[in-house]
Amino acid sequence: MNDVVFPGAPAFPEAARTALADTRLRRNLRKATGIIRDKRDAAVGECADWEALREAGAALKRRTARHLAAYLVQLEEQVTAAGGAVHWAADAGEANHIVAGLVRAAGAEEVVKVKSMATQEIGLNDALAAEGICAYETDLAELIVQLARDRPSHILFPAVHRGRAEIREIFLEAMPAYGRPAPAGMTDEPAALAEAARLHLREKFLRAKVAVSGANFAIAETGTIAVVESEGNGRMCLTLPETLITVMGIEKIVPRFEDLEVFLQLLPRSSTGERMNPYTSLWTGVHEGDGPQAFHLILLDNGRTATLADTVGRQALACIRCSACLNVCPVYERTGGHAYGSVYPGPIGAVLTPQLAGVEHAASLPFASSLCGACYDACPVKIDIPEVLVHLRAQAVEAKRATRRLPTAESLAMTTSSKILASPKLLSAAQRAARLGGRVLGRDGVIGPIPGPGRAWSSARDSPVPPEQSFRSWWAGR
Amino acid sequence: MSIGLFVTCLTDTLYPQTGKAIVALLGRLGHAIEFPQAQACCGQAHFNTGYRPEAMGMLRRYVDVFAPYDVVVTPSASCAGMIRHHFPVLAGQYGGPGLREKVAQLAPRVHELSELLIDVLGITDVGAYYPHRVTYHPTCHSLRALRVGDRPLRLLQAVRGIDLVELPAADACCGFGGTFAVKNADTSTAMLADKIARINATGAEVACAADNSCLMHIGGGLSRLRAGVRTVHLAEILASTEKDARKS
Repeated sequence: MNDVVFPGAPAFPEAARTALADTRLRRNLRKATGIIRDKRDAAVGECADWEALREAGAALKRRTARHLAAYLVQLEEQVTAAGGAVHWAADAGEANHIVAGLVRAAGAEEVVKVKSMATQEIGLNDALAAEGICAYETDLAELIVQLARDRPSHILFPAVHRGRAEIREIFLEAMPAYGRPAPAGMTDEPAALAEAARLHLREKFLRAKVAVSGANFAIAETGTIAVVESEGNGRMCLTLPETLITVMGIEKIVPRFEDLEVFLQLLPRSSTGERMNPYTSLWTGVHEGDGPQAFHLILLDNGRTATLADTVGRQALACIRCSACLNVCPVYERTGGHAYGSVYPGPIGAVLTPQLAGVEHAASLPFASSLCGACYDACPVKIDIPEVLVHLRAQAVEAKRATRRLPTAESLAMTTSSKILASPKLLSAAQRAARLGGRVLGRDGVIGPIPGPGRAWSSARDSPVPPEQSFRSWWAGR
Repeated sequence: MSIGLFVTCLTDTLYPQTGKAIVALLGRLGHAIEFPQAQACCGQAHFNTGYRPEAMGMLRRYVDVFAPYDVVVTPSASCAGMIRHHFPVLAGQYGGPGLREKVAQLAPRVHELSELLIDVLGITDVGAYYPHRVTYHPTCHSLRALRVGDRPLRLLQAVRGIDLVELPAADACCGFGGTFAVKNADTSTAMLADKIARINATGAEVACAADNSCLMHIGGGLSRLRAGVRTVHLAEILASTEKDARKS
């Protein structure tokens, strides 16, 4: 298991139960997902060629996955030729070790960070802290999460579970321990909160010798790395420090520079609902007198090669981390991201996490979906998330079968029912039995709450009493 | 053209009136329909819950029973989706070349009711009469697996006497999701609560959908809350006539 799954996280149904009862969380999520959904729909709606763009994005990602080994070597050659250094990390531990070594070699005890899912995935901040290195998140939402000693709950809006009154409390309470305190008398107006964060972070930008980033895209033919963001804090990290360390999953490669044309349209419209993101930073190696003078690129596997080997599951590697699937997901909208117990929440997390961590370490996640399909329709690179979910469900069931000596109640029910439902004779007998059961349990034509295995269904829903005559017996006697 | 009715195990067992309605409706439109009695279930619940080998017995029987028909009609978009989209996957994984070929031949001939009426039979006005205030919930699999679009709504709009009211956020899932409703009962219920609130807001007397599984979920919630709204399958509305209205 790697750091993709939070240690000790409860299974999804249990975590969801707690989250569903959190009325403040529910209110925040309802509001936020509603707003971002509408913005995304408007931004996508004005693109006449949206479906063609999606197909192009999916095709580019398929091509990259097919030839990944060759593109990675090409990227390494180009980055090295441009004056950068390339490191290969098989897992989280290796990647963290490399980063810590590079920070120490630069003579630094702190780093500023660009918002990055890859570094969240490997638990970089905690690993650096264990080495005596402070990592400061500079993305506003990641800063909120870090100050609150919390975990991100959304890929794009990590603090989406927090309201502005909570954020004010967090800033007032936690900022002094990390640096410049929030101004006295700060209100919870968004502008006031942003100003407090700006003042707090400015100190760190001006002082930092080393920055750590992720990557949205890495262009194999040129060795160029791309980061897109909204605040400009990423741009600060990418330009001010002397040393820049980028940690990227190996699937982030695109073959050619012109491929960005497709993704820089798909990503902002799908994620923030904007035509174009405010800041797009591109850099190729190092340039004397301009920006960081040392650049290190860490290529992270951490379960990706194993995912690539699964011909159905590998499409999850096409993900560009836009979060459109989270925002349209009726499950995510109600439970929030923490219930998934993983760095990657929502529908994409439910297919990515079990693959990166091993399905036995996240066995409840492929089932955390009603298979409604809204995620597939929203995905800018056409990942068929429902298809991968049912594919992983089969893997989860098979994994459980392989390790248990006795079948679970569920698998007994499934095996028994599969025999009944494959035989019209047995089905007729079961219908007669259901009719008798209905006579016992039914009142006024409905079956109310029943205990035992029927509780999960019947606690919130009545059931019809099975009718005196099934359709098949009506047909036979007509 | 021979039409086979795949009534689904759920409708067979709990909602026979939906199957009877399809027989009556197609009869009125001049099409004979047959119910092959050797049919059972399509195995969707097993496939979607990860029990793929267990679904194979149901797949084999299904293919044998329905292969002789020119077209197959079913009152469930999710069961039609199982056959059209997942049977090929399942047969590819566990079946031989013979079975794969049989599945490839049969799968495209399986239609959800609104597809059969509009695409195969070319009928939008089925001559129904239903004097009630109705709201229509398009099920997830009808929209996003089969892509039936507004076909069911067009059929409903042609019904005489109907007071059809739009359901807000109609394309949102009701929270059923097969075994999801049991394995993640709390989340499912939270989704159901919102669907019910929106149905109530329409002031409708009848909530209609083209799938009895989703209707069992929605109807179960409406009944528990004594909401005073009943659920009715699309087929039953389309089968209704002035004569039925006088009877009830």
